[in-house]
Amino acid sequence: MNFDYSEEQQLLADSIRRFVAKDYDFEARKKIVASRQGASEEVWKTFAEMGLLGIPFAPEQGGFGGGATDLMSAMEAIGEGLVVEPFLATVGLAAQLVARGGSEAQKKAILPAVIEGRLKMAFAHTENGARYDLAHVSASAKKAGSVWLLDGEKRVVLGAPLADKLVVSARTSGRAAEPQGISLFLVDRAAAGVGLRPYATLDEMRAADVTLKGVEVGADALVGREGGALALIEEVVDFATALVCAEAIGAMKQANDATLEYLKTRKQFGVPIGTFQALQHRMVDMVIAAEQARSMAYLACAKVDGEKDARERARLVSAAKVKIADACRHVSQESIQLHGGMGMTEELKVSHTFRRLTMITQQFGDAEHHLTRFAALDRS
Amino acid sequence: MDLNYSPEELAFRDEVRAWLNANLPDDLRRKVAEYQELTREDLLAWHRILAKKGWVAPAWPKEWGGTGWNVVERYIFEEECGYAGTPPLIPFGLSMCAPVLLRFGSEAQKKRFLPRIYNGDDFWCQGYSEPGSGSDLASLKTKAVRQGDHYVVNGQKTWTTLAHYADWIFCLVRTDSGAAKRQEGISFLLFDMKTPGITVRPLILMDGGHEVNEVFFDDVKVPVENLVFEEGKGWTVAKYLLGHERMGTGRIGGSKRELAKLKEFAAEQMQNGRPLIEDLRFRDKLSRVEIELAALEITNLRFLDRMRRTGQPPGADVSMLKIKGTEIQQALSELMMQAVGPLAQPFKPANGGDGFDFFTASLAPRYCNMRKTTIYAGSNEIQRNIISKMTLGL
Repeated sequence: MNFDYSEEQQLLADSIRRFVAKDYDFEARKKIVASRQGASEEVWKTFAEMGLLGIPFAPEQGGFGGGATDLMSAMEAIGEGLVVEPFLATVGLAAQLVARGGSEAQKKAILPAVIEGRLKMAFAHTENGARYDLAHVSASAKKAGSVWLLDGEKRVVLGAPLADKLVVSARTSGRAAEPQGISLFLVDRAAAGVGLRPYATLDEMRAADVTLKGVEVGADALVGREGGALALIEEVVDFATALVCAEAIGAMKQANDATLEYLKTRKQFGVPIGTFQALQHRMVDMVIAAEQARSMAYLACAKVDGEKDARERARLVSAAKVKIADACRHVSQESIQLHGGMGMTEELKVSHTFRRLTMITQQFGDAEHHLTRFAALDRS
Repeated sequence: MDLNYSPEELAFRDEVRAWLNANLPDDLRRKVAEYQELTREDLLAWHRILAKKGWVAPAWPKEWGGTGWNVVERYIFEEECGYAGTPPLIPFGLSMCAPVLLRFGSEAQKKRFLPRIYNGDDFWCQGYSEPGSGSDLASLKTKAVRQGDHYVVNGQKTWTTLAHYADWIFCLVRTDSGAAKRQEGISFLLFDMKTPGITVRPLILMDGGHEVNEVFFDDVKVPVENLVFEEGKGWTVAKYLLGHERMGTGRIGGSKRELAKLKEFAAEQMQNGRPLIEDLRFRDKLSRVEIELAALEITNLRFLDRMRRTGQPPGADVSMLKIKGTEIQQALSELMMQAVGPLAQPFKPANGGDGFDFFTASLAPRYCNMRKTTIYAGSNEIQRNIISKMTLGL
């Protein structure tokens, strides 16, 4: 038992935290969010130089050979700084699919470029009507001689407008919600037949709805086994969920720190409002919720790294996401209430944190979805 | 980062678990599992089994019978006892009076009382709360006046847990009502419960159980040698005891046992032809408690790990464990009661009890009883005050 970050993890966390404090403060972030791209090439380069982009990849590809626990402190810093760069989309999702399911040739072609910051990616998976069911894929991939032809529509593809390459899920057999028959393909975002409808998300990141119309990819674009991608998708989405849990811890810390500071400085009736017990107890409950959530984020990260039993891994990631979702909702709502009218304005960072925390409650499944999954996977 | 116990800690846990399984008498195990009231003899029987093994007072210094275990091992032991469902070790002697004597007592007091506490010869209770002094303990009024080599005590204590079993009581009393601050002028006194002038009156709780009492003092003569530390310094002693709270406050082990029982039980209860546990509304409530408990266990381990590394006392961390731990205990008892639906209503058999389902009938009283947990040992609102002040600086 040891809940300390290792020296390497701590160094990385410190450098990212320093970077966020110095170069990614609220004002700098505002400019990035308002830019045409909605993300910063320069920041991405810095992430690569820091080694952040290589942490969860094998040393053979130039990575650090780490996992979610090694990224946890970095994700916290990203959460605290409300970093909008497509880190999760690239490193946590799409490139993970390649790293865990791709051929040696695919890994060699893609992962070093990701790690060096030359290639960004996105995972095009969610479809209309799927909600959180990962098996709900109706986009199709049909063999035409030696190539595949992809057709379908994908929703809310996080990071797609910034991505060079997409990993697209599509059916090579079966019907929408069947577990078998789902395959993954590498697709150039700029390929003919790929259409993007880009937008900003509520939490100020960039995403797009993606249409695929007869998109032609070679046989070498298939990632993993034909028709057998669901287990890989579940594994990677669990991994990304654990990362989001860690990010949420950082964002909740920002909300709690800001609220506590406000309680100590804002005066009404001649005294700081933090002297009022009605507010003190609510602040304490926010802190307790964040502590309990932190414990579950640790658990989720440890399980996606070390749990060999996929069912147990999935069950505990779901347990964590339930707690994180409940805590995000609680902390975000209370942080605004305790800030009063000022909390409603765009001027305070806490309102932006509210937006991110609110989206996290539903990202990769809301509390109700994960409660159902948690119960369904119970063996006792 | 490693969330697991070390191989040595796991071996220790297995040793404790195996020993508890082999040495917890069946009748005590059953009484605890079925929420029956434990008699003085039940409590002492288990106390003596542990004393014989040498495990009854792990936190004491070795020379007085402590085990020399570190904080993690002590935590593991407490949680394993909860998980096995042993009767509780009554804390008033072992983990309240004894630490006070070890820190503030005279050599004579230590020699006189500690071995008897260890062996279960004396059953202790705690005289803190008064009718007008609950959360605001420093307002207490029970008065002790020095007359020669005695104090003469008059006043009343209340909520005195197991006073009806007790041989001794440790009390906070006011020895100087003219002190500038009300925390001054309080003293820490030990009374023999057989002393003339002490009356114990039961306070029956809403579940019908007798745990707590009112204790009246009418010209009770307490020898001066039973004063602990200095006269007027009782508040220092009381504060020390508050900082001495155990890390087992979250009662994770006991709640894990209750949760496993609830799952089994809810799988046996039928609703619309299906096991109740498959009802999504019921299941969601159960799952949320299970998840909160999983989180609390890790939170508890994080605090322990920090304590072990820094050597700092747990401080306000214990308050958080108390709040979440008691909320979980209450939620589990509520779900157990809800699991039997309309059958929660029978309470006591009117004649003999032939064919009466005592276990099912214990669930609603248990729910009633567990409401105490968020009130006792510093209400959860007081715990929030503590966190607010100590951790948040509000």
